[in-house]
This record gives sequence, structure tokens and C-alpha cells, in this order.
Amino acid sequence: MIELLRERKYLQFLLLIVVFLLMCMFIPATDGSWLWRLPPLFKQLPIAINNGVDYLMFDWWLVDVYDPDIEEYEKKPVMRQITRSISGFVLFLIELVREIMLGGVKTIVTFTGWDWATENQWARLPGLPWTVVAGGAMILGYRLSGIGLALFTGFAFGYIAVFGQWEPSMQTLSFVLIAAPIAILLGLMLGVWAFRSKTVETVMNPLLNIAQIVPHFSYLIPVMVFFGIGDHAGAIATIIFATPPMVRLTILGLKKVSPEVTEAGKMSGCTEWQLLRTVLIPTARRDILLGVNQVIMQCLAMVVIASLIGAKGLGNDLLIALNRLRIGLALEIGVCIVLIAIVLDRLSLAWANKQTDYFADQSFKERYKYSIWFSIVVAVGIAVAWVGSLFFKEGFNYLNIIPHNKGITTEPFWQAGVDWLWDTFFYTLKGFNEWFIVDVLIPVKNAYLGMPVIATFTLAMGIGYIVGGIRSALIVGMYLLFIALTEWWDRALITAYLMSMAVLISGFIGIVLGTLCAQHPTSTRILLTWCDTFQTFPSFIYLIPVMMLFGVTDTSVLIAIVVYATIPAARYTVVGLRSVPESLHDAGSMAGVNRVQRFLSIELPLSFPHIALGINQTVVFALSMVIIGALIGTDDLGQLILGSLSDRQGVGNGLVLGFCVAFIGLAIDQILRTWANQRKAALGLE
Amino acid sequence: MSATESNSAEPVIRCDGVYKIFGDNAKKMMQESNGMVDAAKFQEAGCIVGVNNASFEVYPGELLIIMGLSGSGKSTLLRCISRLTKATAGKIYIEGEDILSMNNKQLIQLRRSKMGMVFQSFALLPHKTVLENIAFPLQVKGVSTKESIKRASDMIELVSLSGRENYFPRELSGGQQQRVGIARSLAIEPDIWFLDEPFSALDPLIRKEMQDEFLRLQGVLSKTILFVTHDFDEALRLADRIAIMKDGIIEQLDTPANIVLNPATEYVRKFTEEVPREKVLKIESVMDAVDPSAAVAEQQVSKDAIIETVAEMILNSDKPVAVIDDAGKVVGAVHASKVINVLFGGRTEQAS
Repeated sequence: MIELLRERKYLQFLLLIVVFLLMCMFIPATDGSWLWRLPPLFKQLPIAINNGVDYLMFDWWLVDVYDPDIEEYEKKPVMRQITRSISGFVLFLIELVREIMLGGVKTIVTFTGWDWATENQWARLPGLPWTVVAGGAMILGYRLSGIGLALFTGFAFGYIAVFGQWEPSMQTLSFVLIAAPIAILLGLMLGVWAFRSKTVETVMNPLLNIAQIVPHFSYLIPVMVFFGIGDHAGAIATIIFATPPMVRLTILGLKKVSPEVTEAGKMSGCTEWQLLRTVLIPTARRDILLGVNQVIMQCLAMVVIASLIGAKGLGNDLLIALNRLRIGLALEIGVCIVLIAIVLDRLSLAWANKQTDYFADQSFKERYKYSIWFSIVVAVGIAVAWVGSLFFKEGFNYLNIIPHNKGITTEPFWQAGVDWLWDTFFYTLKGFNEWFIVDVLIPVKNAYLGMPVIATFTLAMGIGYIVGGIRSALIVGMYLLFIALTEWWDRALITAYLMSMAVLISGFIGIVLGTLCAQHPTSTRILLTWCDTFQTFPSFIYLIPVMMLFGVTDTSVLIAIVVYATIPAARYTVVGLRSVPESLHDAGSMAGVNRVQRFLSIELPLSFPHIALGINQTVVFALSMVIIGALIGTDDLGQLILGSLSDRQGVGNGLVLGFCVAFIGLAIDQILRTWANQRKAALGLE
Repeated sequence: MSATESNSAEPVIRCDGVYKIFGDNAKKMMQESNGMVDAAKFQEAGCIVGVNNASFEVYPGELLIIMGLSGSGKSTLLRCISRLTKATAGKIYIEGEDILSMNNKQLIQLRRSKMGMVFQSFALLPHKTVLENIAFPLQVKGVSTKESIKRASDMIELVSLSGRENYFPRELSGGQQQRVGIARSLAIEPDIWFLDEPFSALDPLIRKEMQDEFLRLQGVLSKTILFVTHDFDEALRLADRIAIMKDGIIEQLDTPANIVLNPATEYVRKFTEEVPREKVLKIESVMDAVDPSAAVAEQQVSKDAIIETVAEMILNSDKPVAVIDDAGKVVGAVHASKVINVLFGGRTEQAS
């Protein structure tokens, strides 16, 4: 019996589940029983963190600082001085870009002071007419790529202007145009550093793991404490969140550069810096560009979240629109964000792939073609704006700057659509919604909440042990122990319930969809294109349509999570199945298998490790979306994190809650990744 | 490709007891061993011996081929000399300068002015065009864009790639890519040319074509060359001298003819067994002394000609053929019977 158990893993699983169920049944739900719930020993942890942060900000290392207002030296904590100057610098950059686009006085104030600026009313940046910005962007698109990109850019800016989102869009753009380059540069530098030093890489790896899985909201709170509230704080939070993928992909890309190419660079007489700049980074550009792309996506994904700590622009408007259930408006704003994301992505890609033509013997006109064109656009744009000012004597000058929400809007149309949907399908939707909540969600939620803590530990650590031995079991146990010792174990169970429901559904849909589409090259390509497109959308965009249908309920959140989290499951399935070598298909065919047999006995086993990694990604996507779901009302960890945002003492809570979420993800990651790697090794795939 | 060995000239490359040992405690093991490196003992200590006591010289204009199977340490030796890896012990002199004691700056200076290298996998920069790849070493050096482009264009002509200046490496065939690699390595007009299995990744027909191209280039340029290959036929075809390596040790270093005629070790002999000797022996080694009384044919052959290339002519001639040296002076005569002996006679002797 023991022998058999040792050999057969499924028997081990069976035994584990039986033990788990018995525990669930026989351990009573009594308060104070350690088998039922562990005592919240880490209750003081958030407070300790708060105190630590307070000390750092107010009491640590006081230095003399000259205060021009009272004309005296004052003792100030050095940390505060550092964060203040960073804030000031970032804010200055953002305001500069913003005022070039929209006009304003703050840049000049920075150099002169408010008094002077108030006395001299003429001294303000006028702001470019929207026609100039759009035209300039089109010229840039044409120069970098060609007529296609120019037209698309023109379309995007045209849309933004016509729908009256020009002002918030430019605010968002100015914010992204500062945050993204800083994140890219920072990520590149850290990546290169880790590439060159083994020690740095070893230290950085776990940090990156955690950084990528800690929910967005959790970053906001410490950023708020250290840097205050406003656009700069939003930008800094965005930079912190967008840098890790850049670091990751930089390391990955640099490692893939063939040693001979490096040697060729060295033998060409490159200095270290030349080697890095002209050989390593360009050769690794495919992965690095993927990183750039990720940064831009993350920046736009953060647009809404950053607005929670004071970033102006589309995000703020979208949040308000969502809260007021103005679906049509939210949709229009969402499209603006997506358009900006795509334009920036394409432009950065085209810029990186730009080539120089050495043989073209260019005349002056040819050489400065684009500058000349841009000057013409500026002149014409300003002239048109001036003509406009004559034309629109009263009210707004639509040829200069289109004021906020004064453009065309399709909102009534969408609202009518929503109303129609509600009127027509009210009972169907409501019926489904009620059935789903009462008969599916609530029972599952109660089942999760009814698990004694010891049973949860047994199950999770048992799976860890069966898959990865004692080491995995201990790692998983440590993650869970942290969560169990905080006071939020029940909330974490709710997060886990939403996440696991979504992962089950997404995994199923994704694998089935992926398998079907993998049968044919055309459908494969279509599916991958869809995945790419959907991934471009910032996650909260998915909340808009589901709220249309299901209102503010768990159903909405769950459906949004499912839509978002299906992307990686489908993508990894399709890629895994398609990457089964052709020779194995041929070998199968020659052995006389039919299609189903081939799928079951060749394709599926070989691609399963890859699919498991897809499920792993699904878990990460689902977790991040569960937390975003807090925006439309859930009662899990995400809601608490959102709550601690408005709490003065919220740093500790926010961080510990963030770690709880991250640890759920990391525990699952540990099991799935170990298993996938074992399978890969066994199949000789890597 | 005349052998320009003359011991009077200063060697361009001189290796003196070079060792390369991989592993964490390589230095310590090396010190303890007192110059007697036993690969097996080192392996137990977690060290791998890449190059084991290599000493040799390469003279100006000479083409030295390092031949060995994979894992024999041939590429490691090459990388020690170009200092892409640092030798664990020993001395390496390039034109009399000890490169192991050079600092980074001096090394870069040396590479910028004197060295060029061709790689097995071509190692072209994927983001640069053919032209930019070739101009790369010049631009790194600080040559102006205009000048470097002009020089690169000349190199493109040299390797017969005109018309493909603006292609990307991925758009070229393997043979064309290696032409770019060769052009790049020659762009700074180096004195010393390193080639690391340059033709191994190519198809046999292309390889032959590239070898011819290489011989043509060397005929024009006369560089001092260190050429690594695992292909013995290629070595015989191209080399002035061949160093045969096994397990990091140079088993034999000699001219192709001497290696075939007098293999130093059993390992070398195995390589030479199947080699048709007419492909390596020169007329010089089968010619007789000049006999003024004997009638000679009108044709003449160079004493450096490989027997195979002139065999037909000699066999078709009814009289002995005169042998001349570089200066055109008659130094001997070769009889058809000698050639027949080389062509067919050797076999039985070898078989026995």
C-alpha cells in the first residue's frame, strides 16, 4: 500500500483530498481555536511599518536647510528633502510638457515666482493649437514609418479632438511622456547592471517577482506618503510599477546575445560603453522593445489608478464616469486611452527600427524636409486658430483648443443602448445575475470561508509536497503563514475565491479556444492577433461593458476577470500546441494515429508544461483584476487596500495587504512553475 | 601562398607555455602543479584544461592553421591569443609586446589597429546593414562617417558583394554573410587576421568557393593568419603550417607535407591515413637533381606546385619536366615515374 502510494502521484492527491475534506467536516468553527483560525500575531506589523515610515520622513537624519521665506536655516529630515526634490523635478517636467500642449503659467513661475507672474500677465506659455499637435504627431509618424502610421496617428488625435477629450488627453499624454521614458531608462540601466553582475541579479530577481505581483493600489500608499499627492506622485507610482518588466526583458534580451557577437564587438575594438551601446543593446533590441512596449502599456494601465492619488487627465474622468455609471462617456474615454496607447506603441517601435541611408545625396530641402513641414504646420495651425478666434467671437475657439466635454459625444447613443438592453433583457439578465450570485457565487464563497485554516494549509502544502518535495511545501507554507497571521485571512479567502473561480472558467475557455484555434494556421493567427489587441487595453477597460450588463455586483467583476484572464490561457495554449515539432506530427501520422489520438497522445502531453505556464499567467492576470475590481465594489483584500488609500495611517495596512495578495500569487506560481519545469525537463524540452 | 617561413624574421605571434584552465580555483591549481598539468587530476578538482602548454611562433605573412576536433581547445587557444579570454599562465607576444600584461586601453588600441577576426556563426550585427556592419570597426575607432563608408564600400568590392550594401544580414545567404564577416574583419587593414572556423557553417560547395575566395584574398593581402578548423582537408588545402591539437595539447606542428609524411603521434597518423598524398606533397619533394645531359620537356613546373595540380601535365609529357624556383631558375626535373609512384605506389605501403 505504502509502496503503491509512493509511486502513484494521483493516489497521493486522492489521499490528500480525502484528508482535506475530513478536516473541513470535523474541525468546528469556534473562535479562538487555532485549528480554525490562527491568531493575528502580525496585527502590529502595519503599525510598525507606519512608525518606521514616519521616523524616516520626519526624524531621521536632520540637516540644516535654508528656507528663503523666513530667511533662516532650519532643521529638516534628509529623506523629506530628497523626496521633495524628486517630486519637484518630476512635476516640473510634467508641467512643462503639459503647458507646451495646453498652455499655462507654472513653468514660468518655477523660474520667476508667483509674484512676478501675477504682475506680468503676458508671461505664460500659450499652448499649441490642437491642429499643430495633431499635425506634428502625423509628421512624426510619417517620418518614422510612413503614410500608414501617419494616417492612424491623425485618426487617433482627430478622434480625441472631436470627442472633446483633448484637454484630459493631453494631461494624460504629458504624464505618460515623462513617466515612460524615465521608466524605460531606469529599467534599461538596472537591467544592464544585473546583466553585468551576478550578485545584483541574484538580489534583484526576487524583488522583481514581488514587484510584479503586488497589486497596483499598494504602491500608491507609500508613494503618497513619501511624495505627496498630484501628478508627480502618479508618475512616480507609474514608474515604480512599469520598471520591473523593462528590467526583466532587458536582462533576458542581453543574455540571448550570442557570445560570438559580443566577441566580434570586442575584436572590433569597442570600449565597454561602445560594446553596450552599439552591440549589446541593439542586438537585444527585440526583447528590449518588448520591454518598452510593456512600459507604455503599464503607464496607460496606471492612468486610472494613478488618478486615485491625484494624477489629472483621462483616468480621473474615466473613474468619475464609471462611478456615476455613465457608460457611454466611459467608453469614449476608454477608447481615447487605448488610442493613445497604440499610437505611442507604434511610434516607439518605428523609432527603434529606423534606418539611416548613407548614399542619399540630399539637397537642403530634402534634408530638412520634416522640420520645414513642421514649421509650416505650426504657422498654418496658429493662423487657423487666429482666424478661428475671429469666427468664434463668443464662446470657445474650436480651432485652438477644444474645451473639455464640449465635443461631439455618442453618449446618448450608448446610454440608449444600455437602456434598451436593460429594458429588453432586464428579467433575463437579472435572472441570470441572481441565479449566479445565489446559487453559484455565494455557496462557493461560503465554502471557502468555511475552510479551517489547518485544512487550507494541509491542502496547499500537500500539493506543494507532491509536486516539488519538501522545499516547495515549505515555501508555500511560508507564504500562507504570513497571510494567516495577519487579521485578513477571511478577506484573503474571498480574494482567493474570486480568483480561483475566474481561473477555472478562464482556463477552461482559454484552453478550449486555444486548442480549437491551433488546428489551423489561419485561426491561430487570428487568435494571436486578438490576444495582442486585447492585451493592449488597460485592464479596467473591461469593467465598462460588464457594468453595462450586470451593474455593480460580483458577477460583473467575475466576468471582467474572466475576459481579461482568458488572454494568457488562450495564447499559451495555442503557442504551446503550435510549437510541437513537425517531425513528431509526421512520426505520429506514420504510426497511423488519427486526429484525436494525435492530439491526446502527442500534442497535449508535449505542450502541457507550456499551457501550465499560461495558467500561471492567468492567475497573475486574475489577481490583478480582482484587486482592480475593488473599484466597482467587492469585499476582498482589494477593497481594504482601496480603503487604506484614504487613511492617513494606511501605509502599513496597504503594504501588508499588498503582500498578502502577492503571496497568494507567488504560492500558486511556486507550485505551477515547479511542476512545469519538471515536466519540461522530463520531456527534454529545454 | 608561398611559405614565408624564415627564422631570421621577427615572429608576429609568439606563444610561450600558454595554459588556459577553466574553473574557480584554476590559478591555485596551476601554481601547485609546477608546470606539469595533468588534465585528469585537474578535472577531479573541478577544473577543465582548455589549453595545455602551447608554445609556437607565427611569422609575418604565414598562414598557421590550428586543427582539432571539437573540445580540443583550438578555439580557446585562438581566444587566448586575441585575449578574448585571458590565458591562465604563459606568455603571449604580439609583435614583441606582451599582451597579457596590457591594460584594457592598450588592448583596445591593439585590436583597433592590428587585429581582425572572423567567426563561425558570422556574428554580424543584426540591426546594421551590410555597409554599416563593415564600417563598424572604423566607426568604433572614431573614423568619420564619410570616410568609413567609403572604406567599407571598397571592402564590399573586395569581397564581391557590390549591390548589396543596404541589405540586412538576415537577407543574405550564409556564404554572403561570411563575406561580410570577412570584409568587416579586414576593414581596419589589420596585420593579424584570426579566423575561427570561418567556413564550417557553410554547405560543402559554398565552402569550397569560399576557400578559393580566401586564397585569392590572401594572395592579394598577405596577412599573418591564425586559422582554426576541424576539417583536416581544409587545413591541408590552405595552410603553410598546421598545428594539430588534442585535449588542449599541440600534438604536432609542421608543414602539411611533413605531417602527412611523418606523423608525430598515433593520433596524428589516424588523420593522415586517408589523405591522398598527391594533394599535399609538392613537386620539390619528388624532383631529381638537374641532369644537364638529359632532355627535358618544354613545360616547366614550379617547385612549390602541389603534385595533384600538375600530375596530368607531367604524365602526358614523354620527357621529364623541368622544375623551376620562384626566380624562374631551373632547380631540378621531375619524372613521370615518380609522380605515378606518389599517385598509386604509396597505397600498399600505407596499407601494410
